[in-house]
Amino acid sequence: MSNLKKITSNQLFIPLMALILLAVINLINDPGFFKVTLGTNNAGYPVLSGYLITILDYGSELGILAIGMTLVTAASGGQDISVGATIAIAGSAMLRVLCGGNSRPETIQAPIIVAFLVACVVGMLCGAFNGALVALFKIQPMIATLILFTAGRSIAAWINNNELPIVPDPKFSYFGGFIPGIPIPTTVFIVAICIVIIALVLKFTNLGLYTQAVGINESSSRLNGINPTLIKFISFVILGLCVAVAALIKVSRLSTINYSVIAKDIEMDAILAVALGGNSLSGGKFNMWSSILGAYVIQFLTTTLYKFNVQSDALAAYKAVVVILLVVFSAPTVRDYMAQLFKKVPFMRKEAA
Amino acid sequence: MNETTVLQMRGINKSFPGVRALQNVDFKLEKGEIHALMGENGAGKSTLIKVLTGVYTKDAGTIELAGSGEVQIHSPQDAQKLGISTVYQEITLCPNLTVAENMFIGREKSALTNWKEMNADADKLLKMLDIPAMATQQLSNCSIAVQQMVAIARAVDMDCKVLILDEPTSSLDEQEVEKLFGLMRDLKAMGVGIIFVTHFLDQVYEVCDKITVLRDGQLVGEYEIKDLPRVQLVAKMLGKEMDDLSDIKGEGGGYHGADADETVFEAEQLQSDAGIKPFDFHIKKGEVNGFTGLLGSGRSECVRAIFGADRILGGKVKVHGKEVKINKPLDAMKNGIAYLPEDRKVDGIIGDLSVRDNIIMALQVMTGFFKPFSKAKAEAFAEEYIKKLNIKTASSETPIKSLSGGNQQKVILARWLLMHPEYLILDEPTRGIDVGTKVDIQKLVLELASEGMSVTFISSETDEMLRTCSRLVVMRDRKVVGELSGEDLTQNKIMSTIAGGE
Repeated sequence: MSNLKKITSNQLFIPLMALILLAVINLINDPGFFKVTLGTNNAGYPVLSGYLITILDYGSELGILAIGMTLVTAASGGQDISVGATIAIAGSAMLRVLCGGNSRPETIQAPIIVAFLVACVVGMLCGAFNGALVALFKIQPMIATLILFTAGRSIAAWINNNELPIVPDPKFSYFGGFIPGIPIPTTVFIVAICIVIIALVLKFTNLGLYTQAVGINESSSRLNGINPTLIKFISFVILGLCVAVAALIKVSRLSTINYSVIAKDIEMDAILAVALGGNSLSGGKFNMWSSILGAYVIQFLTTTLYKFNVQSDALAAYKAVVVILLVVFSAPTVRDYMAQLFKKVPFMRKEAA
Repeated sequence: MNETTVLQMRGINKSFPGVRALQNVDFKLEKGEIHALMGENGAGKSTLIKVLTGVYTKDAGTIELAGSGEVQIHSPQDAQKLGISTVYQEITLCPNLTVAENMFIGREKSALTNWKEMNADADKLLKMLDIPAMATQQLSNCSIAVQQMVAIARAVDMDCKVLILDEPTSSLDEQEVEKLFGLMRDLKAMGVGIIFVTHFLDQVYEVCDKITVLRDGQLVGEYEIKDLPRVQLVAKMLGKEMDDLSDIKGEGGGYHGADADETVFEAEQLQSDAGIKPFDFHIKKGEVNGFTGLLGSGRSECVRAIFGADRILGGKVKVHGKEVKINKPLDAMKNGIAYLPEDRKVDGIIGDLSVRDNIIMALQVMTGFFKPFSKAKAEAFAEEYIKKLNIKTASSETPIKSLSGGNQQKVILARWLLMHPEYLILDEPTRGIDVGTKVDIQKLVLELASEGMSVTFISSETDEMLRTCSRLVVMRDRKVVGELSGEDLTQNKIMSTIAGGE
């Protein structure tokens, strides 16, 4: 195999190329895009700022969700479209515990860690609900998760009696902002922890092998002693956990919640991250790092579009163009055509020979 | 063409890349006749039917129909217009519509449907054919047999002259089969020519008038049912003459350990949801035995039940004399049982994964979720078996789906050998692979047995089974009907046991 082919067939190739393309566009437009400055925030602590920091910071939720979405996609061959709504549920549950049902408490009513653990349980329960529908009742993932997609935000509002509690403790805002004295956004550390955890899980368990086997050939996996139902179920529960972590960041950014807006449309970006990472949306083999990189590429795109003064309402239309390009270029017919085209170029032929 | 002949096919040829599926095949169907089309898998039955129904275009030959003369059939619509209707094994109707809608869908007389008239017509036809269904009933509420019958009624109402029934009975129980046969006899009396494709010998002898046998894409012959005893039918299908008694004794030395008499696995009245009758079975240490019978006789279902691959409904299972529960494949694996499935593509390979991952899969699952092999260890396992079984692959990282069929099969075999099972079940391990690999696999089986592994070997090729097995369990119509060993292990004896009856 020639080196060129080795590089282009690597899964990281697609998101990396997209990243480089975006970087080049920004470099041409305004080299200042890459400037990172050390300044101080309102409270007088040192913080890093700049577009790159924004991308790293605001891409966090997506990066974390991409982990779970990759597993769900690989195992079930479908996607969970309820993650935005379940972030609202988990976030609302967290606020309820922190504020104790009182919308303007003087102090927090429970330690933050307890609130976070409750959110984890709630997120995993939502995942378990989706997982049971998909794995046990064999409902198509998109249909199964449509239930929480539709009902999730109402459930979230109901948890806090439709009030919008505000967390009084400034410590809570550290998670989505900065810890005093540390100039790097806290979210970067949270993502790093998540990545380390999933890396350890993939290294020290057979989750990766089983998930891929189930996604590729369920019947064969079963005859090899794997329980496909359980594996699919677990993938949704893991995504539920990712949702809880994303909810922590989202709620912490505002110290409150807006049920109808929080994490809106994030499910589509999470799915797009998996696809951009070169993973098949119909399940099977996956590359976790490629998906996570895909998530940051999407954030890079979003930030770039803001830089070009695109209105936030129009963002979706621009992203759609990316999706179209992505889908078309990964379609087998187009790939075959491209392969034919490359064969005709003389210097490529030498390379292949 | 004769007055009473309704269909005559002459010199039909059809080739696919690399295969001559039909070579110079003739077929004749008389009015009011039920004509069985028989042959093993790959004999060309379905190709012939598909040529007749316009799914495939023939390369050469002629098709004549009573009243139409020589015809060219280019599409299923053409066939239907000419009065050739097909009812397939799987129901091809719409379960969410009513019986009447299913009967008349796609051939309404005008854009507007007169529901009352349609339902009345349907009821009349159902009554005439004695089908226990109502026009306004939803199809999915009817039993599978009745659904089949509705499909037939639809065909009949389209003025069909030739009705093709492609394995209509495989999902029916005995009573339902009886009902279907009643309907077939009625149609026969009405003068419809029926082509009946089935794997069940008993059913052929119950309803058919004539049999046409195909083998390897060639016509073996057309016979009156009374002139062709079952044994000879089986012989013709398999292509073995009755007195073909070539010496085919086992080549291996066999196993001679001290524990050679120990029963490794034993099943009593084992039953699964795959539709086989409860059966008894046992295998001794170092023994090679096999299940034989025609395709669809329940061979695979038996071994799947042993491995827990289908849902177990009842029966007792003992491993080394101790009663154990085997409800899922993992239970069987933990008891030292390995199973190489019949359908390599659907149940065997995990296509996108590498050869290495495919080899370590079963042992990895046995070892446990929290104990993944290191890359070095997995690589060592893979390399060991790639060498041992002489698997031809670019590297252990190559996706298994890009290997040839024979090499894929070797990978799956490696997967189970790596587990070092006590009892290995091989379901059609030699199907669709080249001759060299076939011999390799047979040799390997005998070698493993001589080292003390018990092996159950299933193959459609009786030669192979005679060469490897010391005992054969014979199946017919999803029932164990006999067991052969020692002197009885001959082609003749196997065929006569498979045929049963007289």
